[in-house]
Amino acid sequence: MIPLNYYLLFAAFLFSVGVVGVLIRRNAIIVFMCIELMLNSVNLTFIAFSAFMGNAIGQMFVFFVMTVAAAEAAVGLAIIIALFRNKKTINIDQINLLKW
Amino acid sequence: MTFEEIVFWSLVLVSGFAALMVVISRSPIASALYLILNFFCLAGLYLTLNAQFIAVVHIIVYAGAIMVLFLFVIMLLNLQDETKLRERMNWKSFAAIALSILFLIELFYIFIIKTPTPKIPIHPSSKEIGTVEYLGKILFTEFLFPFELTSILLIAAIIGAVVLAKKKFELTD
Amino acid sequence: MVNYINYTSLILIFPLIGFLINGVFGSKLKSEKLIGSISVLGVSIPFFISSLILIQMLSSNIDERLYIVNLFSWIDVGSLKINVSYLIDELSIIMTLIVTGVGALIHIYAIGYMHGDKSFWRFFAYLNLFIFAMLNLVLADNFLLMFLGWEGVGLCSYLLIGFWYDRNFDKSTTADAAKKAFIVNRIGDFGFLIALFLIFTNFGSLEFVDVITQASVLQSGDELLTAITLLLFLGATGKSAQIPLFVWLPDAMAGPTPVSALIHAATMVTAGVYLLARTSAIFILAPFTMNVVAIIGITTAIFAGTIGLVQNDIKKVLAYSTISQLGYMFLACGVGAFSAAIFHLMTHAFFKALLFLAAGSVIHALHHEQDIYKMGGLKKYLPITFFTFLIAALAISGIPPLSGFFSKDEILYKAFSFGSFWYWFFGFIGAGLTTLYMMRLVYLTFYGNENFDDSIKPHESPKVMTIPLIVLAILSAIGGLIGIPHALGGTNYFEEFLEPVFKTSNSQLPFVFENITTEYLLMALSVAISICAIWYARNLFLQNLKKSELIKNKFSSAHNILVNKYFVDEFYEKIFINPIKKLSDSFLWKWFDIKIIDGLINNSAKFIQYLSSVLVKVQTGVTENYVQIFVLGVTLILLKIIL
Repeated sequence: MIPLNYYLLFAAFLFSVGVVGVLIRRNAIIVFMCIELMLNSVNLTFIAFSAFMGNAIGQMFVFFVMTVAAAEAAVGLAIIIALFRNKKTINIDQINLLKW
Repeated sequence: MTFEEIVFWSLVLVSGFAALMVVISRSPIASALYLILNFFCLAGLYLTLNAQFIAVVHIIVYAGAIMVLFLFVIMLLNLQDETKLRERMNWKSFAAIALSILFLIELFYIFIIKTPTPKIPIHPSSKEIGTVEYLGKILFTEFLFPFELTSILLIAAIIGAVVLAKKKFELTD
Repeated sequence: MVNYINYTSLILIFPLIGFLINGVFGSKLKSEKLIGSISVLGVSIPFFISSLILIQMLSSNIDERLYIVNLFSWIDVGSLKINVSYLIDELSIIMTLIVTGVGALIHIYAIGYMHGDKSFWRFFAYLNLFIFAMLNLVLADNFLLMFLGWEGVGLCSYLLIGFWYDRNFDKSTTADAAKKAFIVNRIGDFGFLIALFLIFTNFGSLEFVDVITQASVLQSGDELLTAITLLLFLGATGKSAQIPLFVWLPDAMAGPTPVSALIHAATMVTAGVYLLARTSAIFILAPFTMNVVAIIGITTAIFAGTIGLVQNDIKKVLAYSTISQLGYMFLACGVGAFSAAIFHLMTHAFFKALLFLAAGSVIHALHHEQDIYKMGGLKKYLPITFFTFLIAALAISGIPPLSGFFSKDEILYKAFSFGSFWYWFFGFIGAGLTTLYMMRLVYLTFYGNENFDDSIKPHESPKVMTIPLIVLAILSAIGGLIGIPHALGGTNYFEEFLEPVFKTSNSQLPFVFENITTEYLLMALSVAISICAIWYARNLFLQNLKKSELIKNKFSSAHNILVNKYFVDEFYEKIFINPIKKLSDSFLWKWFDIKIIDGLINNSAKFIQYLSSVLVKVQTGVTENYVQIFVLGVTLILLKIIL
């Protein structure tokens, strides 16, 4: 029997790995992948809770999170392509468009 | 060690390794492949939690669709010279890693000591919950409205992606 | 059976629709006929509906004639609950009929009068908006909604006075006249608003029915009621052009003539009288205010009448006549004869609208000439205009059996029996003055030598203008017949009909034994003075023009005062406007505004600018930094949870 806590702790570990990736990598695509990793760790907690509580709402949430992730990936990658076209780089250090 | 535990631990080990490799590996292609591996392991974990439908959808959507998209983009951008991206470790990176470890310790502390979860077995009804039939039923009754809304979201994403990828932006910099 | 009360909301919606169509698409609509018809329909359909409601009301029991139609909740904050709801009773339905009926006729007339104007559609959009606001004013069941209508009509009045904003009027522009009207009205509105605050803080409600029930418990002469009624009356003097706030009405003649007829004669300016009638149950408990109202009313009546005697602009004479007649209505209110005031309000709406429209027809025929000394002999060119103008002039002069006779005599009789001999006496003198200046207009405009330019060939106006004149002439002639007093064998049906509305106020009036002999005597006297005045006017302004010149020279100083309207405008200019201007210029603007207000704003802006220049360094624009700070934040939050 595997207790609920193991799942949660593993999800926390995955999430932290994702955070490290977002923080230290410069390649926008890898940053993006790390975000997907974080999303998935959250999905794991959802499903763990759903299974241990016998409640389907958690799984419904995962379903919608996947939809959002798909939409996000489509738009995000499109943005990366557009950026690359203009700047010839996907190094996020060199992208400071957020500056006003 | 029971069979169940063997499966769990092997999945956790492989997927944890894959996750680390996503962050560590130099080439984006390798990262993407490790991520796919990670996704497969996660799908396995979902199966141990009796979430069959989600496990299958997870593989289809993430490994099948999203990751393929990633690979396409990586290849489209032809990042040959990008491998020279100077990703040297500096003090900022160490600070970031330290921060993340602090974050992880905090989470562990909360889960283990602050609010320990009860040691209960998997809920008996979870077998039934994970089925396509059951989820389909509540998706089209209780969650019909958000379900319909996702269609709008996807349309918006499609249009957004097409517009962004097609248009030639004039960046003034 | 259909309950027409259910259609009340339509009464208000149609003018609004008319306004929206003409206001939004008007400039695209090329056909004047289409614009005009939309606008006329927007007024005549409400007239039709309210007629049906009146018929239904007449066939129901007397104590079942009050309806409250609640449309929706407007404001609901704490104890302040205001609904958009309309009160339909005898008084409001009569006002509605006057507004929509006379309004519809004037709309039809305006199609002809405004023909070829470059912003034809704008005119009709404003007119419909005015009707909408006016209907809100008369139908509202609470003070706040009434105030909304009150301000709405003020706005439309402003827009319409300044309608020909590129023309000059007197020594200034029409825009100045419009501003004057608006600002003078603000002073009255200020009083109205303070009255509303007083009412709400003391009675906790703004609904007429509630307030009146609560107020009627109070003692007669209660200070609170006196204060409220005086402030309400200040509002009324602003809107109804009474002393001291009458100065805007003569200038309001800068607007097109149909506007003068609709807004500045028949409907909007009577809003003050309507306000007093609506709150009669409160006013009757404040004897001091009642005296003030009566004295202001009669003073205004005489004051404006004397100015009207010497004005040369045909519309200005009519404007002063309006002020004077409104004075009569306030006199009636002041002595407690509210139904007589409303009766005069109605007949006045007929004949004064007619006078303005006929004057408009004359002005139209003479290509915008308004000086009566440049008219004359128009009788044979404009037969219909002449005939209708004459009927209206005789009606306002109180010649039986035309409508003015009944309403004016009702007021004079009530002033005599409820008020005092002096009220009657000055009212009587005022009646003589009224006849004199009206007949002066008739003789100088339609009789005598042709003083206008030879090049002008006057011609009768088109049918679209003359038919409203004829209808109004018929109404002016027979409109008084619904209020034939008991002394003349009638039943005074009008007063009887309004009885339920004024039940409370009537019960407070002193009992007066009806002395038929006195009433006959008073009637005979006022008819006699009118006939004398007609004869005298004929003598002065038709047969013996030189004599009038002689009189003018003999009393040149008095004449000068009258021509200059008792120097009231100059007085206000010196006493109020110039000091305020000086204060504003040297203190409020150059010191307070520039140093304090601008200084405050500029310096706080500078301070913020400085702060930003420090904080902007956080904004690196690099996504990574944002993520780092974000993760740091999350870590700190988790730390807080742990500790």
